[in-house]
Amino acid sequence: MALKTRRYSARDVTVLVIGLGVAVIVNVGLIWGPTLASVALSATDWSGIGPIEWVGGQNYGDLAGEYPPFWSAVRNNILWLAFLGLVATPFGLFCAVLLDRRLRLSRIYQSALYMPVVLSLAVVGFIAQLVYSADYGVLNSVTGMSVDWLGDRSVNIWVVMVAAAWRHVGYVMIIYLAGLKAVDPALKEAAAIDGASEAQAFFRVVFPTLRPVNVIVLVITVIEALRAFDIVYAINKGRNGLELLSVLVTENIVGEASRIGFGSAIAVILLVISLGFIVTYLSQLFREER
Amino acid sequence: MDQRPPISRRNLLLGAAATFGVPAILAGCGGSDQPAPGSTSGNLGTVTIGSNASDEVPKKSLDTVVKAFRQAQVNINTVDHNTFQENINRYLRGTPEDVFTWFAGYRMQFFAEQGLATDISDVWREIGGDYTQAFKDASTGVDGKQYFVPFTYYPWAVFYRKSVWEEKGYEPPKTLDEFTALARKMKADGLIPIAFADKDGWPAMGTFDIINMRTNGYDFHISLMGGKESWTDPRVKQVFDTWRGLMEYHQPAALGRTWQEAGQSLAQKKTGMYLLGMFVAQQFPEADRDDLDFFTFPEINPSYGTDSIDAPIDGYMISAKARNVDGAKALIKHFGQASSQNVATGLDPGTLAASSKADTSGYSSLQKRGAELVSQAKHLAQFLDRDTRPDFASTVMIPSLQSFVDKPTEIDSLLVSIEKQKANIFR
Repeated sequence: MALKTRRYSARDVTVLVIGLGVAVIVNVGLIWGPTLASVALSATDWSGIGPIEWVGGQNYGDLAGEYPPFWSAVRNNILWLAFLGLVATPFGLFCAVLLDRRLRLSRIYQSALYMPVVLSLAVVGFIAQLVYSADYGVLNSVTGMSVDWLGDRSVNIWVVMVAAAWRHVGYVMIIYLAGLKAVDPALKEAAAIDGASEAQAFFRVVFPTLRPVNVIVLVITVIEALRAFDIVYAINKGRNGLELLSVLVTENIVGEASRIGFGSAIAVILLVISLGFIVTYLSQLFREER
Repeated sequence: MDQRPPISRRNLLLGAAATFGVPAILAGCGGSDQPAPGSTSGNLGTVTIGSNASDEVPKKSLDTVVKAFRQAQVNINTVDHNTFQENINRYLRGTPEDVFTWFAGYRMQFFAEQGLATDISDVWREIGGDYTQAFKDASTGVDGKQYFVPFTYYPWAVFYRKSVWEEKGYEPPKTLDEFTALARKMKADGLIPIAFADKDGWPAMGTFDIINMRTNGYDFHISLMGGKESWTDPRVKQVFDTWRGLMEYHQPAALGRTWQEAGQSLAQKKTGMYLLGMFVAQQFPEADRDDLDFFTFPEINPSYGTDSIDAPIDGYMISAKARNVDGAKALIKHFGQASSQNVATGLDPGTLAASSKADTSGYSSLQKRGAELVSQAKHLAQFLDRDTRPDFASTVMIPSLQSFVDKPTEIDSLLVSIEKQKANIFR
């Protein structure tokens, strides 16, 4: 330490302290502070006012063993992630590839697919209700079915994910489209000259060059899946088959006689899941840089 | 939480306001929150009110009522309805206004018990004669002192269309057997007997409340809500068993339907009857409102008859930190007067005046029937989400009742689950 400091002038040190100091204070105050506070609160039974009582891991035990919406929410979050990652994102890529081939009217398709992205997910939720409502929805009146799309807990999560994917596809498509436009046409030509089929050219040549875009899309997909909240909240407050961890956190913490300790425990679980993805992503990133 | 959707409520009020020619009255009131200069002549200084009456009609009715109060200057601080409710804890611990809007029953007792409200038993000694025992009980804390002045309320009952019933020759049932027989008859006539919706989670609470009060009585219901009884008790199971028996007459696919849609199905004569609060009238076109009538949920257990109903009461309390207690007491006494409440019921026909002295001549026919129903009830429950801890109501009861509606046969495991969660919350 002593050796190092000698290399910096007093002015350098001041600049360093101010520059780093502000960043550290902001980081600790706005990110690490609240995070650690949540972790600490998750081991208490606190209503937001009055004395804080330590209960250790009891909240977690209650969550896992006696709170039915919890497992339903975990399942739904995983489904959500899988659906966006394995269905919506590849479909967005597929649309982007098609549009990149300069079809006739491709501008119109592009706008139509991109349109939902400008809507907030809450608005998508209201639109979904107009479509899926059992008594008045478009879907039932057009097809003559009488399925309770939003009320039946075995189907509602799926139709809501379709609505969420409707927006996600456009988002992913526009990012891939930008990436595809940037791919050097000479690569494709070279592949064609070497006798590669169209599929081979795409999977072996074009797709690997899209790697930076893939990373961005992957991160966006994970974020979208974990922060999903507004669409289910708009539909039925995230109950009856549409539970998500983010909704349970809000449901328990916000309100009159808030269960802050219990809600924090759910938030910590969400944090752990997010951390899993973040750590994997960052370790990948650092490995490449080396 | 009070889960009635604010927008729909506003629509109700606006629709109602249009009917009753409110615009003319409002124009006469002026739009200011501040009292008219004439009302500053009082000698009790300034009283502040924290109000959740953020919708237009309740806000106007509060303004109008306050204008008639001459003893002190009144400043009203209006906060969005839901925001006010969600922050009530922090609000009362921080710097609350002298008087604040709140709900009767457990929700009032909860804050009174924590020492956040001022005892107003002396006010009750003056206004007590204007209220029935049921209203006094709903205003009384666990320590036997009063903390709340009732203002307006609305009852829950089974609503139906007179024209449909006359045409088919249906009669309001007096017992559960008659009720079931009627439902069976309706089904045979091609009607869906009981309109039902629980997408928002709270309407099913009304059904649970009434079956529990009819089966086990008001005292057991309140004690169960207070966390003092076990949910695995055979008496609770009996309630769900009775409900399950009625389930086949309920409108199917209830979890995807809002109460507004269920109300419309009643208005469109697709369903035969609907257990809901008086606000169901908003789903009826103006011309059909006179066709709307109701009966109280029939007797199940003869020892309790039909002595209790859900009738959520809104009113006023004084915060423990009030700076001007004398002024605040004078003001809530003013709110307790029949004349003040009549102003509100005139502006908002979805409500009834709490005072027995209120002038009912201006009531609509539905309001008159509502007042009659309540005067016959010995006990007024405040609705499940107002009679128990708000966290228990929203995080345990809503998912549990929805799960019952989804699978009415799985009662035992559901009750075990509720009991475990209850133990975690009421500890």
